[in-house]
Amino acid sequence: MSAAFRWRMLLPSKRIIACLDVKAGRVVKGVRFEGHIDAGDPAECAARYRDEGADEIVIYDITASAERRTIDYFWLAGIARALDIPLAVAGGIRTLDQAIACLEHGADKVSINSPALERPELIEEIARVAGSQCVVVGVDSRAIEGEWMTHQYTGSAETMRRTPRRMLDWIAEAQARGAGEIVLNCMDQDGVRAGYDIAQLNAARALLSIPLIASGGAGAAAHFVDVFRGTEVSGALAAGIFHSGAVRIGDVKHAMRSAGLEVRP
Amino acid sequence: MEVAVIKLGVGNTASVLFALERLGARGVLTDDPAQIAGAERVILPGVGAAGHAMHKLRASGADEALRAFPRPLLGICLGQQLLYQRSEEGAAEGLGLLAGDVTALATSRELPAPHMGWSAVRAERAHPLLAGVASGDYFYFVHSYVCPVDAQTIAIANYGRSFAAVSGAGNVFGCQFHPERSGAPGARVLQNFLALPC
Repeated sequence: MSAAFRWRMLLPSKRIIACLDVKAGRVVKGVRFEGHIDAGDPAECAARYRDEGADEIVIYDITASAERRTIDYFWLAGIARALDIPLAVAGGIRTLDQAIACLEHGADKVSINSPALERPELIEEIARVAGSQCVVVGVDSRAIEGEWMTHQYTGSAETMRRTPRRMLDWIAEAQARGAGEIVLNCMDQDGVRAGYDIAQLNAARALLSIPLIASGGAGAAAHFVDVFRGTEVSGALAAGIFHSGAVRIGDVKHAMRSAGLEVRP
Repeated sequence: MEVAVIKLGVGNTASVLFALERLGARGVLTDDPAQIAGAERVILPGVGAAGHAMHKLRASGADEALRAFPRPLLGICLGQQLLYQRSEEGAAEGLGLLAGDVTALATSRELPAPHMGWSAVRAERAHPLLAGVASGDYFYFVHSYVCPVDAQTIAIANYGRSFAAVSGAGNVFGCQFHPERSGAPGARVLQNFLALPC
């Protein structure tokens, strides 16, 4: 066994997670709070990202929560049927039954965000029945007067609002309630493409014993190297830059490998 | 080929059924002992807690059908752990088809639990289940408990410590990773399982 192989055995690879922002059944791109441009069919996009080396796919129905509905299960099953890498679903899941329906239609994980803030018990309910590993809590956070504050209904500018919860309090509570993973979306960076918010991610990581995923800010392959070197996040999520083709997942993995980071081929 | 996929109540069994479909096999979700006994292959999937899953298996009588099943049987993730004698998770009794006990992963800042992600797997011995799989290929894991490294181990992975990524004895096999979500290497393991001689 080579030394390189022995080293590889020590830690899991850093995950590159491609998020499909979906609106009315189509992938959309653009800065989230402005106009959206059509970027293709979700099943085709998911297959393309898989082929390019994505480690995980998230299907995020961006307007579901604000419109008080959830994802279309049969449509979800259509995507899951063809996919042989992990699939998470986000958007409007606000009851245990809806979470179970997503899992039964081929999702491996459900990601809950605004509904968990409405009713934090939802985290426990899903974790107790389906296991913590199925429950991802997504958190939208933005600095307000020097405090990272949690935001809700961020799918559109009209519905978005700040909550009274501090981000650090909320992720600790989510973990205590049984979340299996936290996706921290740093809104000040989101769509700006200037890199992930390393300071905020490090502050979050220090509170958690479950995996943390970085979200918001990726604009170049080098930003993924920066976030994995600067923080102990388990993965990094991006949406827009992959949809537009500005950055290819293969380029990200190449940059990570060149930097000596653990990466799945 | 008909594959009985054991129903444990809640779980993402759809992804296992879809993977079988992609390989041209027919997965049937069931907890009926007669249907299990008549299947050509059995897959015991599993998410959730060991105690709850064993309770479900005992309630349906599937536990005895699994113990008596004479053809290849594959436990996936929690399903692998259930094959052993005991699990530290809720001090649950397992099926006892493989010897040894399942223990919890130690966690730390560098190694958060669950172990969720892609890890390299190394073969410990040549086995038809791993035909066409290279040592060092990556598989997708989601778990907080691990099966012991011993004579039943076919392949290992590492997360703070080594554990049995693939294990087996006789007609009974288990893998800690999710082959249905592990890309081409995962599909190969499932295909190898379907091709095992009866």
